[in-house]
Amino acid sequence: MSVDRATVHRIARLARLAITEEEAGGLEQELSGILDWVAQLDEIDTSAVEPMTRVAAMTMKKRKDEVTDGLCAADILRNAPQVDDGYFVVPKVVE
Amino acid sequence: MTELTDLTIAAARGGLREKSFSALELTQAHLSAIEAANEALNAYVLKTPELALEMAKASDARLKKGEGGPLEGIPLGIKDLFATKGVRTTACSHILDGFTPTYESTVTANLWTAGAVMLGKLNNDEFAMGSSNETSYYGPVINPWQRSGSNAKLVPGGSSGGSSAAVAARLCMGATATDTGGSIRQPAAITGTVGIKPTYGRCSRWGIVAFASSLDQAGPIARSVEDAAILLRVMASHDSKDTTSVDIKVPDYVAAVGKGVKGLTIGIPKEYRVPGMAPEIEALWRKGVEWLKEAGAKIKDVSLPHTKYALPSYYIVAPAEASSNLARYDGVRYGLREKGSDVTAMYENTRAAGFGQEVKRRILIGTYVLSAGYYDAYYLKAQKVRTLIKRDFDQAFEAVDAILTPTTPGPAFALGEKSGDPVEMYLNDIFTVTVNMAGLPGMSVPAGLSSEGTPLGLQLIGKPFDEETLFRVGRVIEAAAGPLAKPQDWWSKAA
Repeated sequence: MSVDRATVHRIARLARLAITEEEAGGLEQELSGILDWVAQLDEIDTSAVEPMTRVAAMTMKKRKDEVTDGLCAADILRNAPQVDDGYFVVPKVVE
Repeated sequence: MTELTDLTIAAARGGLREKSFSALELTQAHLSAIEAANEALNAYVLKTPELALEMAKASDARLKKGEGGPLEGIPLGIKDLFATKGVRTTACSHILDGFTPTYESTVTANLWTAGAVMLGKLNNDEFAMGSSNETSYYGPVINPWQRSGSNAKLVPGGSSGGSSAAVAARLCMGATATDTGGSIRQPAAITGTVGIKPTYGRCSRWGIVAFASSLDQAGPIARSVEDAAILLRVMASHDSKDTTSVDIKVPDYVAAVGKGVKGLTIGIPKEYRVPGMAPEIEALWRKGVEWLKEAGAKIKDVSLPHTKYALPSYYIVAPAEASSNLARYDGVRYGLREKGSDVTAMYENTRAAGFGQEVKRRILIGTYVLSAGYYDAYYLKAQKVRTLIKRDFDQAFEAVDAILTPTTPGPAFALGEKSGDPVEMYLNDIFTVTVNMAGLPGMSVPAGLSSEGTPLGLQLIGKPFDEETLFRVGRVIEAAAGPLAKPQDWWSKAA
């Protein structure tokens, strides 16, 4: 199991992380090393095992479908790098 | 007044009640200690002295009226992963530059309601990803402990390295911390402090910067088992804002502390005797067994056959969940933004500039294992391995009440010593990570000094929601080990 340079670039694109060619070289090694190491899990037969979903048997909690929060637009925008008239501003998306 | 900083929380509560000193004096003593020490130790990334003094005065007013909560006037440090209203919270990442929450995490809100005083925000590995506090954007924390006859700078463990160092150096009476794979217990062990990660669901995760949601838990680091019990009792609560928080009563942990171990059976898992284990770690573990036997516990060998698969499966689950959780840092709603020719380039440049190397590595691993065609082979497989790990513990707990292991494979290491190879760094969590994978409570208690003169800890693992037994057993180990010498102060500037 090994990760090649093209895969590093594809994954970085999916993760929205700009990487340089130099970084890609290092990551190729590091990611391959980590994935080779986790490959030892192949030794275990898990075909008849259910995946763990929670620590203690417990039914999912539900609450009433009602408004519990809101009307705090100023709080939500307070930390934004760029805002205008109550909106988040991003680079142009539609030409 | 420096001796005030040496008190345990239990003793300080008594002193405040008896008016031997005021909450203001107690807080001032800690603020002076921080002022003198932080340049050398870098435990605090943000000091909040004005807020601390204001909170302390309010505590004095309440104490004067005979009121006050269980932590009234007790000065604490808060790991920078906890959102604190109006106080910068960054998870020690550049990408959260200047982020100032407009809300308070449930755990810290519980502490303030109980009367605690906030001294500031504590350093940690960036997004809690690390075992040495070397990945923080604000630079490494230095362990107050040094090897005998050496002034080499040692790491305080991670990710809660600011918490462990600050508690050990008397820069707060206790600290909040979080633990995803060992981030409370490993730093506690190598700084000679007590740390407990409660059962998953015991503390609300609401308002804590998310790393791996199915593993993250908050807990305290303190200087005694009793202090850890006092803090956890307040931090733990049911919270409707976290669907994984459990709706069961928080027991009186403090009452459990002195109950002893007579009648308890303690399990010793043979799989934790890993190849190449340092002889002094094995010796310490044997000593722990003897102490518990002498105190009246029965000892029983148990087997946890899937132990060796915990770490590799953790390094699938944790990065997968992290890559998903960290997708929110996009330069739009908070924190850093870097320019880009279009919106995607803006995202990519922001994230490239904002995340450090270890965080990027984990995001990429997580993205890879969750990418099309790999989900079953990695994430699903790892979740199945978790079931097996949990089953091992379930079977062991049919015969024993708690399990005793070493906390770490060795004592504190030097800065830079293990940062070259990611897998070598990951191996620090070999004894702690199983506990997160199974969701169980785990505690580290100081048990002695290494041949290098630095602290070592023993770990106790409990049944789900049975933190009380850990406090009982932990107190017995603490008492048998005797008081740990205080690290010698090399870090304070002359006032």
